Amino acid sequence: MRGASFVPAPVATLPWGMLWIVFALGVSGVLALYSAAGGSFTPWAAFHAVRFTAFLCMAIVISRFKPETFHDLAFIAYAGGILLLILTLLLGAIGGGARSWLELGFVRLQPSELMKPIIVFVVARFYARVPPREIRRWSAIWPIAVFLGPPLLLILLQPDLGTAMLIILNTIALMFLAGLPLRLFIGGGLAVGAALPMIYNFLLLPHQQKRVLIFLNPEADPLGAGYHLTQSKIAIGSGGLFGKGYLNGTQSHLEYLPEQHTDFVFSAIAEEWGLIGGCVLIALFFLLVRWGMNVAIESKGRFERLSAAGLTLTIFFYLAINLMMVMGLAPVVGIPLPLVSYGGSAMLTVMICLGVLMAIDRGNKRDTRR
Amino acid sequence: MRRRNAPIITENSQVYTFTRRAMVLGAGQGLLAAALAGRMAYIAIAENERYNLLSDENRIQMRLMPPRRGWIVDRHGQPIAINRSDFRVDLIPDRLHDPDKILGELARLLELSPDELDRIRAELKHAAGYQPVPVAENVPFEKYAAVTVRLPELPGVAPLRSFSRFYPDGAAVAHLVGYVGTPNRKEYEAENKSPLLIAPGFKIGKEGLEKTMEQRLRGKPGAQRIEVTARGQLVRELSTLSDVSGQPLPLTIDGGLQTFAARRLGEESGSVVVIDCLTGDILCLASMPAYDPNSFTDGISQNEWKMLAQDERHPLINKALNGLYPPGSTFKPMVAMALLQAGIDPTARVNCPGGFQLGSRFFRCLGRHGSMTMHTALAKSCNTYFYSMGRRAGIDVISAMGRQLGFGQKFDLPVVSQNYGTMPSAEWKQRKYKDDWSQSDTLNTSIGQGYVIVNPLQLAVMVSRVASGLDLQPQLLRANRPPPKPLPFAKEHFETVRSGMWEVVNGAGTAGRSRLELPGVEMGGKTGTAQVRRIVGSQRGQSGEWKYRDHGLFVCFAPTASPRYAASVVIEHGMGGARAAAPVAKDVLTYLFDKERAMASLTRFEEQWGGTMAQRMEARTNRWLAEKAAEKAALEGGTGGGAR
Repeated sequence: MRGASFVPAPVATLPWGMLWIVFALGVSGVLALYSAAGGSFTPWAAFHAVRFTAFLCMAIVISRFKPETFHDLAFIAYAGGILLLILTLLLGAIGGGARSWLELGFVRLQPSELMKPIIVFVVARFYARVPPREIRRWSAIWPIAVFLGPPLLLILLQPDLGTAMLIILNTIALMFLAGLPLRLFIGGGLAVGAALPMIYNFLLLPHQQKRVLIFLNPEADPLGAGYHLTQSKIAIGSGGLFGKGYLNGTQSHLEYLPEQHTDFVFSAIAEEWGLIGGCVLIALFFLLVRWGMNVAIESKGRFERLSAAGLTLTIFFYLAINLMMVMGLAPVVGIPLPLVSYGGSAMLTVMICLGVLMAIDRGNKRDTRR
Repeated sequence: MRRRNAPIITENSQVYTFTRRAMVLGAGQGLLAAALAGRMAYIAIAENERYNLLSDENRIQMRLMPPRRGWIVDRHGQPIAINRSDFRVDLIPDRLHDPDKILGELARLLELSPDELDRIRAELKHAAGYQPVPVAENVPFEKYAAVTVRLPELPGVAPLRSFSRFYPDGAAVAHLVGYVGTPNRKEYEAENKSPLLIAPGFKIGKEGLEKTMEQRLRGKPGAQRIEVTARGQLVRELSTLSDVSGQPLPLTIDGGLQTFAARRLGEESGSVVVIDCLTGDILCLASMPAYDPNSFTDGISQNEWKMLAQDERHPLINKALNGLYPPGSTFKPMVAMALLQAGIDPTARVNCPGGFQLGSRFFRCLGRHGSMTMHTALAKSCNTYFYSMGRRAGIDVISAMGRQLGFGQKFDLPVVSQNYGTMPSAEWKQRKYKDDWSQSDTLNTSIGQGYVIVNPLQLAVMVSRVASGLDLQPQLLRANRPPPKPLPFAKEHFETVRSGMWEVVNGAGTAGRSRLELPGVEMGGKTGTAQVRRIVGSQRGQSGEWKYRDHGLFVCFAPTASPRYAASVVIEHGMGGARAAAPVAKDVLTYLFDKERAMASLTRFEEQWGGTMAQRMEARTNRWLAEKAAEKAALEGGTGGGAR
């Protein structure tokens, strides 16, 4: 690639393999949304394509920054994020409606989404500063709780339990990578396992408890809360190996599959493209995540390493939870499939993650220390 | 951390730890990807068949197409009940998301009245699942099209082209054929919740022949496999199985005669039954006043129902089968048959001094008839003769003859109900009242009073058997049957009784004014007047309040030379058989021999009464509604419009 002198250097140095994957995911989103609208670019496919292009350009712009920039900006972004969350709560309270959105006129922003990469930067920056011999000490843990506390509280007040859980999971994975003693995670995992019944009984709201129950036995309530899951499995299962053919999905076109343009877009794709199509999509995501993890491993700086891994994990948790959800392996929580589902905020988050990952990747390749 | 031999962590070892742990995470991610692919393969391949089925169950629905009901036709194939094309609109409660909005839209499109909207709302509240709630029937095509065009914005609304029952003769056949209506919950459950019963537009028989012959009239439903969206909207039709219409039901009824008789009854409350003396076919089974069965097809309003239920002339009761009356003197031809059977010489004479002394009681006659034979006693309706001879013959012979001629009997007919009254006997009285039969009971029975109660059909059967000498069984459905057998009585007996009945009309009898004005056709008959309440002083039920007046009855046959038709006419509170019933019988029999003459006479009557049957019924309804409205207004005015 570098030999192609007629291509300008900034374009030639882009990680083209990864970009093709992202592009393929975006196109499959457009195709799925075109089909979901009954063979029409409105109301979803066209807007999705425009948004995808715009956010991808933004990601490429982000990739031109030096990784240190994100290190330096971490706390400013953190402060800004907290401010947005507070604003969301206040405006939401005034409007009396949903309290997770910030109406910006041209777009509805979900600040809790932005908080995901920001927390990654903050945590990465913190562990980059912790001296190696301090890493096994208590002082390497409690500051994290301090960082996490305010945004988590604000997000739980919305309330958006799903996002809060995702941030906690992501942070724990990051602490694991930062080199905290293994026994903490094993012990913690056992403790959480033991505490699950307590969490179920005392922390979850009744509708959340119901969701968990229905997840364990969706057929118990096929017309009520289990409806989504049942219809999703029918869509995937009736697709078979090769699917019903593009634009021929009955579950999606006849509206039996709810949210087929957002959370359950994968089911709609699987119905029309079958197991083959679904596996291609899973493989694309797996390759994207693998690329991200490789970027992390190849990074030299501790901040770069940790933030690259954290951002990759953010993307990974999105798709893992979404896919597990539509296949009945996890309770139904409102998590979209990144880049494919219709919707701006998650795509924005993922594109930011990808942009920063590309920036770190660029840094790795330029690094003379290598 | 206070651990012995804590490893010395350097930057390099930290990089190593990171790489190793990142590998572990990466492996975990790979495992999850494999697990997802595996899970998906399991759902899509191992369980593919099951989910395919579920997916088809989602989108493919069977829509039942109600079969067309079989026609009901008269003996000449003329229609009595047919089906008319009908556009209707229903609501499917399960698919209705925003009832208020949809109802508002429908009210605008179909111009529904507030009353109708109230009814629909009330029915929606009690509707079960997919049971459709009718919004409007008999919708004009333009309005129907307006709804059809807007269907995508009206989830839960189901417009349908169906067939509705129509009775061209209206009230004239009401009690005979009954009516149809939407099945209720009980009927739905009685048929094991058959989906046909909740199909939009499906009606079942609720009364009369429509009810008793339901299974034959119904036919087989057709079915449509249709693809629907989750909101129940039709996407396309996949395949169709057409319905099989119900079989036509040919009756023995003569539609023209039935209608004529119903019209001829005019403003009276009563019934006309005509029987074919050769076969036992019922040619006419009219009962008036009646309701219009067409108004029941579309569901009748509470107001209309109240009007019918509260009418003292009982338009909801089929008087021909369920009206019970003391037969009075119309009983005498049967008693005469019994006397002859008991060996009494018909020329034997009984002197009538105006009554009959039995012990300390004097049984009155209608007049002082002097010396009577059976022939003159029938003609003059002399009670004394029958008191005297009845007492000689005894109740056992009378009771046995009554049974053989049809009294106290329930006939094998496809009707919802028939009240069969009482043909008393000594044994019956013992069983019913734990009391011995007395001589005075015999006397009362001999003139058709006392314990005797009969329905108009039984009267007609009795006279048809006397006229034909055959053991006629009344029939309503046309079919090939073996010819009726003769009754086991001497021919001369029948002739004697018939000649007495000839005298009633054509000689010096009680119904002389009602002889047929037809050359060569004579009618034999017997009048009867049935007391509604005991005679008090000179009050004989010939005046005063309508409901206390005597019933007028008449039984007859024609032609007397060789009887072909037999009939019974009962006019409730008509005061006398000769006065009220015989003229009706005369016109009804005239119709059978000379339609034009009969129609001319009917036209004259209808002009006097104020229009045709339908016009008079409508006028009555309007009067009633106006009265109710006035009452309501007065009530509201009186309470200042507040206390309700």
